[in-house]
Amino acid sequence: MTEKHLKEGYYFWSGDVAAAEGAIAAGCRFYAGYPITPSSEVAETMALRLPQVGGKFIEMEDEIGSIAAIIGASWTGERSMTATSGPGISLMNENIGLAVMTEVPLVIVNAMRGAPSTGLPTLIGQGDLMQAKYGSHGSYEIITLYPNNIQEAFDLMFDAFNLAEKYRVPVMYLLDGLLAHMYEKVYVPPREVWEKKIIRRKRARKGQLPYQPDEDMIPPMPLIGEGYNIHATGLTHDERGYPDLTPQAQEELVRRLNEKILKHERDIWKVEEYMTEDADVIVVSFGGESRAVKAGVNLARKEGIKAGMLRLITIWPFPWEYITKYSADYIVAEINYGQMYHLVREYSDNDVYQLNKMGGEIHTPEEVLKRIREVSS
Amino acid sequence: MNYENEEFFAPGHGMCAGCAAPIIVKWILKWAGPNTIVANATGCLEVATTAYPRTSWRVPWIHIAFENAAAAASGVEAATRAKGEKLNIIAFGGDGGTVDIGFQALSGMVERGHNVLYVLYDNEAYMNTGIQRSGSTPWGAWTTTSKVGSANPVGKLRPKKPIAMIIAAHNAPYVATANPAMFQDFKKKVQKALSTPGAKFLHVISSCTTGWRHDPSKTVEIMRLATDTGIFPLYEIENGDIENMRITYKPKKFKPVEEYLKPQGRFRHLLKNPEYVKKLQEDVDAWWARYGHHYHP
Repeated sequence: MTEKHLKEGYYFWSGDVAAAEGAIAAGCRFYAGYPITPSSEVAETMALRLPQVGGKFIEMEDEIGSIAAIIGASWTGERSMTATSGPGISLMNENIGLAVMTEVPLVIVNAMRGAPSTGLPTLIGQGDLMQAKYGSHGSYEIITLYPNNIQEAFDLMFDAFNLAEKYRVPVMYLLDGLLAHMYEKVYVPPREVWEKKIIRRKRARKGQLPYQPDEDMIPPMPLIGEGYNIHATGLTHDERGYPDLTPQAQEELVRRLNEKILKHERDIWKVEEYMTEDADVIVVSFGGESRAVKAGVNLARKEGIKAGMLRLITIWPFPWEYITKYSADYIVAEINYGQMYHLVREYSDNDVYQLNKMGGEIHTPEEVLKRIREVSS
Repeated sequence: MNYENEEFFAPGHGMCAGCAAPIIVKWILKWAGPNTIVANATGCLEVATTAYPRTSWRVPWIHIAFENAAAAASGVEAATRAKGEKLNIIAFGGDGGTVDIGFQALSGMVERGHNVLYVLYDNEAYMNTGIQRSGSTPWGAWTTTSKVGSANPVGKLRPKKPIAMIIAAHNAPYVATANPAMFQDFKKKVQKALSTPGAKFLHVISSCTTGWRHDPSKTVEIMRLATDTGIFPLYEIENGDIENMRITYKPKKFKPVEEYLKPQGRFRHLLKNPEYVKKLQEDVDAWWARYGHHYHP
């Protein structure tokens, strides 16, 4: 069967469909998942599209199986992804930690919904920002990206897969209940343009051990089924991959797992700075919520208030330099009880204010404007 | 006491017109009576019967995560027993919450021997999230993740799990398949299950008008056809004795499987190819050739 790739042109997609199509364009050829609102359309799109491009879709028996299956597939060299939400991401957390420890490239889409627990399955939440980094046990770094429109939900998938492959780390790709089900126009460039963006996995030098890092602290990944005697374990291990249950091995491995991300954080960061140059007050936001924040900032500017917006596209590693660089007051607008607020406060010498909703809807531009007025008066 | 004239599952819920699940739940609760606690896995039944501030449940009801109805019921049962109370503990789960994500919890509940009646209402796909295939979706069914097209003209390529047999293999005291369209058989099995101590499992077929794609007025007819074609046989197994299983109903004359496939949109594509219909008929015939002698009128 001839492969059926996207043609250049304009498409009318939801965030779920754009994320799935973006993943396929970025080279994803394996998907394992489990139905859950509001991410099920990612699976449904993959079920239809992956066989058309020579890929494989499997529906698993639960989310634990889903992430385990993509870990297995990634070891064979396939770019692999799963998508879930709410309770599903909670179930995946044990294996996210395992993928960090065994350094397996993965992309995990989490379409955040109102929470805790079953919460608001069809509506927006932004309560999984801390969980994205701290959800599994132990001290580790992970990469987390979060688009705010449907075009970006497609485009950013290239970054997601490239970062996962480059740093040998799971990438959490956040959507939310708003973006997952919202439809917008998406431009897809010609295939030869987007194929050039794909960064492939680096290969090992002759004789290089499976966990022996290069100078960039990242070990090339040997593939299962290519003749390597691979030993992948969640136990603390040495450069051969064999268990080494000593404080010395733990120190060396866990330090490197963290530093291979943190030492490259400036290459990973993506932030949108909107009218921040002269701003007295900057609203920090991300995802679906940032669309209202931008409108609120525009309203404030009309009133002569010097307001701006910092939109975090990279959530983790936290782009702290964008906070320290401004001497403005901050408002952190988020659909939770206050999560990234604590990060902004850590890095700002100025006042940091909160603007929260618990989930189900984003703020209105007027609510954002009201908060800007309050803190700037 | 007979509570058939009382309602413990109130009308006015949000289940679809023509959905079989409320029929199943309503009657099981009548036969169980008021001394009942229900544990409910995530699913259509949980979502559509409890839209705040309304609830259909006139017995104590606990919602638990998708995968844990049997485990939560185990906890309720063990604690009430420790307190010396004698209650009916019933767990309701759909097919995804029972044969896939909830399978581990169910297996544990049966192995530990909790005095719980676990009821699977099997609508043969993840209907609550929009008709994705499950381990209980039959061969040949269209779902949104077993799509039908030129690359795959069949739909789902694997048969459904024989969940009643699997649970029976745990040596559960009582396991039965049931069909609310075969009402007296259904009633007898629920009553027998409720009066048997230990872990009981009922596998009840439950048509889904939106997922099976049929006229909502045909629910009972279609479920009846599931048994009259031999596709969904009704049997019971006690104490894991599969060799001595008892088929409780056998149609005098089996109807051809087409009659079950025809009114359902999820199977429409199969009718275009006589080979597919033949395969399904052969599967059914093979089941009855293997197990049919367990029917003793």
